[in-house]
Amino acid sequence: MTRLAMLKATAASAGILLPLAWGGVAWAQDAVNLRMTIWSANEAHLALFNEIAEGFKATHPNVSVTFEPLPFENYTTTLTTQIAGGNPPDLAWIFETSAADFVNSGALAPLSEAFTKTEGYNLDDVTEAATALWTRDSQLYAYPFSTSPFAVFVNNDLVTAAGAKTPAELIAAGEWNWDNALATAKAVADNGKDGLVIRDFNYQTWQNLTAFWRGWGANAWSEDGKTCGFTEQPMVDAMTRLHQAIFVDGALPGPGKNVDFFAGDAAMTITQISRASLLPEDDPFDWDLVPLPEGPAGSYSVIGQAAVGAFANRPNTDVAVEFLGYMTNPENSEKLAQFFPPARASLLNTETLGKTNPLLTSEQIENVVIAGISNGKVIAGHTNFAQIQQTIRASLDGLWVADTDLPAVLASVCQGVSPLLAR
Amino acid sequence: MTDHSAAPHQKRPFWTIARKDAAAGFLFIAPQTLGIMTFVLIPLGLVFYYSMHEWNVLANTFTFVGDANYQLLLRDPNLPPVLLASAIFSAGLVVLNLSLALLLAVLLDQKLKGIVVFRTLFFSPVVVSLVAWTIVWSFLLQANGGINGILAVFGIEGPNWLRTPTTAMIAVVVVQVFKNVGLNMILFLAALQGVPKEVYEAARVDGAGPFKQFRRITLPMISPTILLTSIITIVGSLQVFAQIAILTKGGPGVSTTVLVYYLYQQAFQFNFFGYGSTLSILLFLIVAVLTFIQWQMRKRIVFYEN
Repeated sequence: MTRLAMLKATAASAGILLPLAWGGVAWAQDAVNLRMTIWSANEAHLALFNEIAEGFKATHPNVSVTFEPLPFENYTTTLTTQIAGGNPPDLAWIFETSAADFVNSGALAPLSEAFTKTEGYNLDDVTEAATALWTRDSQLYAYPFSTSPFAVFVNNDLVTAAGAKTPAELIAAGEWNWDNALATAKAVADNGKDGLVIRDFNYQTWQNLTAFWRGWGANAWSEDGKTCGFTEQPMVDAMTRLHQAIFVDGALPGPGKNVDFFAGDAAMTITQISRASLLPEDDPFDWDLVPLPEGPAGSYSVIGQAAVGAFANRPNTDVAVEFLGYMTNPENSEKLAQFFPPARASLLNTETLGKTNPLLTSEQIENVVIAGISNGKVIAGHTNFAQIQQTIRASLDGLWVADTDLPAVLASVCQGVSPLLAR
Repeated sequence: MTDHSAAPHQKRPFWTIARKDAAAGFLFIAPQTLGIMTFVLIPLGLVFYYSMHEWNVLANTFTFVGDANYQLLLRDPNLPPVLLASAIFSAGLVVLNLSLALLLAVLLDQKLKGIVVFRTLFFSPVVVSLVAWTIVWSFLLQANGGINGILAVFGIEGPNWLRTPTTAMIAVVVVQVFKNVGLNMILFLAALQGVPKEVYEAARVDGAGPFKQFRRITLPMISPTILLTSIITIVGSLQVFAQIAILTKGGPGVSTTVLVYYLYQQAFQFNFFGYGSTLSILLFLIVAVLTFIQWQMRKRIVFYEN
C-alpha cells in the first residue's frame, strides 16, 4: 500500500468511526438502561412492572427498565454467576433465605436515606416486622415488596367428592387442625386423586416444610442461628407425623411424583397466597383459601418474603435507588398489592386489598392475608444459606423412604450442619 | 546464514518461498491456536490463579490465600465420598459402555439386508440433545413413571429409581450409556471392518472356532480402537454434569455427587469460587494422569505398538 493510499484509508475509516464513537458517548450520557432480575415470568406481573417503569419515564424520560425473568429453581445461582461474571443487574429480587448473604455482604446500596428524601414515600408506614430481615445497622438494604403468608388452597370439588368435610366447614366447627387436614387429604388420596401438596418442596427444598413444622413449634435452627433444631422434640414429632402422612397414609404424594394442585390434581396445597395468580382462569374448580391448620403448638402463620435491592458501586446505582423508591411508593405499592401482599401498614386493610384482589373474598383477606402478615414469622434464613440448604438436603434424603430410622436421620442432619451454623 | 559476498548490491525479496510457506502454515493453524488459547490455556491459567484466592462474589473481595484452598482439599470431609461416587460412575460407565458397544458392533457387523436401519437406530441417541434426552428419562424413571409402569405389567413393583442411592447411581450410568453407546459402536464397527478377512480364513483353516477367532484375532486387531474409546469414555465420564443436575441433583444424600457436580455446587451455588477452582485443578490432574497411564499402557495391550 502506498503512503497516499494509506492516508486515504485512515481518513476514510476515521470519517466512519469518529461520528459513531461520538454518538456512543452522547448516547451513554443520555439514556440509562436499568435491568432488574426477577423470578416470575407471569405475564400479569410483567405487565404491571412495565407499567410502573413507564410511569417512571414521566419524570425520567431517559431511563428505561427491563425486567429479566430467571428460572425460579436456580435463581440465586444465576444471579451470583452474573455478578461473578462482572455483569450484575442494577436491581434484583432476593429470597428471604439469602437475605443475610446479600444484606451483610455490602453488595447492596443503602436505601433509607434516599427513601426518606423521596416526597410522599413515608418509610415509617412500612412495618418493622417486614423490614427486620433486610435491615443492618438501622439501614434498609432491600425493600420487602412481597410479604406473603403461607396458606392452604383447597379444591372443594375433590374434597366433597371424597365425602370429607371441607376446610371451611372444619373451620366453622373449630376443628381445623393438622390431624383433620391430613385426614381430609388421605380421604381424597384414597379416592384416586392426590391429597396435600407442599408446593415447591419436591423433597429437596425442605425450607418450605417450615409451614408444616412450625405447627409443632419446631425450627430448623435457634433464634441466633447457631444451634441445629432438627433433633429437638418438636421437630422429631413434626417429622414423625409428616413421614406417617406420606408413607403410611399416602396423604401427600411421595418423592419423585409431580402433582400440580392448580391443574386440579390435588385436594389441597400449601403455598404463598401470591400464587393465586396460578388459579385456572376458565373452567376453574370450586376453590377456597384458608389459613394453615392449627398444630399441637397452637395456631401459627409463616411468611415468605421477597425484596428488591439495588446493587452498590454500579454506574447507575443512584438512578436504580431512585427507581426503587418510585416502584415502592404508596401509590405503586397499592398496585403491587394485587399480586404481592404489601408491607405497608396503611394498605393492610380489607378495603384496599379487596380492591386489588378481586379473586379473594373479604373474609379470606381478613383471615388469611391480614392475619397472616400481622402475626406471621418469616421463614428462617442464614448466612451461607445455599451450603446449609444443600447439606441438610443431603442428610434429609434418608428420611424420604418408607423404611427409615427417623431419629438417626435427624441426628445426622444436625451432625452435618452444626459446623456450618456455628461459623 | 546469508552470503552477502555473492551479490552485495542485489536486494533479495523478503517473501522468499520458504517464508511464504511458513506464513501460510501459521495462518492455517492460527484459528485453532487462538481457539485453544482463548478457551483452554488462558482459562486454565486463570483457574489456577483463582484457586489461590478467596473470591467473595457478593462482597466483591478477592484475597490471596496461598495454598489454603489446597489445604482445605486435603481436609474436606465431603471429598472422599465425592471421589468414590466419581470412581463408581466412571467404572460402571466404561465397563458397561465398552462391552455393550462392542457387542452391538459385532452383532451389526453383518452383511444383512436392512442392517443400516439398525445401525442408525442405535446411533441416533448420540445426536439427540443431551438435556432433552435426560429430561425424558427423568420422567420415565419417576416412581410412577414409564419404567415402573412397564414393570407393573409383569407384576414387578419397581423401585423409586432416582430416590434410592444404589438405583440412582445405576440409573444415571445407564442413561449415559444409552446416550453415547452409539458413538463407540460406530468406532468399533469401523475397526471391525478394517480387520482383513483373510486372517479369519487362515484361522478357520487352522481350526479356530468363532470364540477363539474373536479372542485371538478380532480383539488384538481392534485394540487401538479399544484404547481410544476407553480414553474418550473415561475422560467423558469424569465430566458428567447435566445428567446429575437434571436427574438427581447429586442425591440421594451425596451418592451421585460426582466431582464436576461438586465443584459446580462449591463455585456456583455456595459462591466459593476459589475452592471450586481448586477442585477443577484436581479434576484436571486426575484426567491428565489417567490419560497418561492409558497412553503408556498402549505398549502392553495394543497389538500394533509391539
